[in-house]
Amino acid sequence: MTTGGFEVTGLTVVRGGTEVLRDLSCTVSAGEVTGLLGPSGCGKSTLMRAVVGVQQITRGSVRVLGEPAGSASLRHRIGYVTQTPSVYDDLTVVENLEFFASVLGVPRSRVGDCLTTVDLSSHRDAVVGRLSGGERSRVSLAVALLGEPELLVLDEPTVGLDPVLRQDLWGTFHALAAAGAAVLVSSHVMDEAMRCDRLLLMRDGRLIADDPPTALLARTGTADIESAFLALVREDR
Amino acid sequence: MSARVVLAVARRVLTQLRRDRRTVAMLLVLPCAIMTLLWWMFTGLPGRGFAALAPALLALIPFIVMFLVTSVTTLRERTSGTLERLLAMPMGKGDFLLGYALAFGVVATVQSALAVGVSTWFLDLDVNGPSWLLLVVAVLDALLGSALGLFVSAFARTEFQAVQFMPALVIPQILLCGLFVERDRLPRFLGVVSDCLPLSYAVDAMRSVSAQRHPDVLGDLALITAFAAAALVLGALTLRRRSA
Repeated sequence: MTTGGFEVTGLTVVRGGTEVLRDLSCTVSAGEVTGLLGPSGCGKSTLMRAVVGVQQITRGSVRVLGEPAGSASLRHRIGYVTQTPSVYDDLTVVENLEFFASVLGVPRSRVGDCLTTVDLSSHRDAVVGRLSGGERSRVSLAVALLGEPELLVLDEPTVGLDPVLRQDLWGTFHALAAAGAAVLVSSHVMDEAMRCDRLLLMRDGRLIADDPPTALLARTGTADIESAFLALVREDR
Repeated sequence: MSARVVLAVARRVLTQLRRDRRTVAMLLVLPCAIMTLLWWMFTGLPGRGFAALAPALLALIPFIVMFLVTSVTTLRERTSGTLERLLAMPMGKGDFLLGYALAFGVVATVQSALAVGVSTWFLDLDVNGPSWLLLVVAVLDALLGSALGLFVSAFARTEFQAVQFMPALVIPQILLCGLFVERDRLPRFLGVVSDCLPLSYAVDAMRSVSAQRHPDVLGDLALITAFAAAALVLGALTLRRRSA
């Protein structure tokens, strides 16, 4: 039993009569950046919600940092960024961060640090509603970083970002993992996969691969993750 | 329950409101304008038209306004994902609700103080009882409106739907609160219904304060508070940490 990261066993989630996740099992460990890849609608967000503890689950178990997902004691220890930025549009960047900092009970100095991490220091007094989509999602990411979480769950955090910034953010994810956190990043863009230490490939609510990217390429005899995904889908049929 | 979190929520809600200047202006000016309009309507007529209706209106306005403001704000909080984010953080549901109640309580106090002030100083509304009691009733009313607004926001998917709850929940209360037909002269069944609606007690309390030198409104105030607390508890049940 690991105490870092999380462990999903036989997880099934039924939503509106359809099985969104089907008997899914996987383990994500601390110290690694794990990529969760798959086409949109395959259940990535639902899996992430289950890990964070905001998803009602039908069967199976999810243990996070050694405790059942959704436990009150985990609320200090997880950072979660949803696909659509969950921040207040009518507050400024710094007001958003200061508010969430007081809810988390972390010192104000974290606000400046996190703004630097997501490269938004120059926009600190801008009203969030007037920022671009990419900037808004960075505000949302900064909020998730405030509490120095042991598990960071990021649902498509790099969509629509400038390539330079994207590179920097992946650097940040790796730095956080190196410092001992478990980082789970979802994406529907296969080209981001090579940046991960490990990959979980999903399709139709099931896991079709769980390997380091290079091992995945070697196993499927392909040159890129997109082709590997296709090879796995063919094999799966 | 944490005072730090409650205050953070209240401050945040007030900051959001401050940024929306038009809403602030409407919140503060509209009630005074409506009281003035009511006064103006009766200026050339004999009798106590304004004096008879004004206390009821002072009870209705904060209730309606806060109902609308809260149902839309909390719905936004639900649909934008910020509520889910907060509930995934170390935030108690009570912290969230009390923070909102505190912020809207402040707004309601300023709003009602202005409306009561304009009515008593400029529009010559005779208040026999202490004026501050009018304010207490108005603020409790506003909190009741907030609590109900929070509760119904759970049943609306869009702001459009949330606004539709206003006529459904509020207009019957306005009709039965004694403004149009005295409560004791309603058909028996409607009288019983009127007894079950919180706004009836708010209007009763406002009327007692304006009519009597030493009004006994403790019973009414206790009932309004109980209704507000019940609505808040129901509202808390609709704040789910886990959803389907």
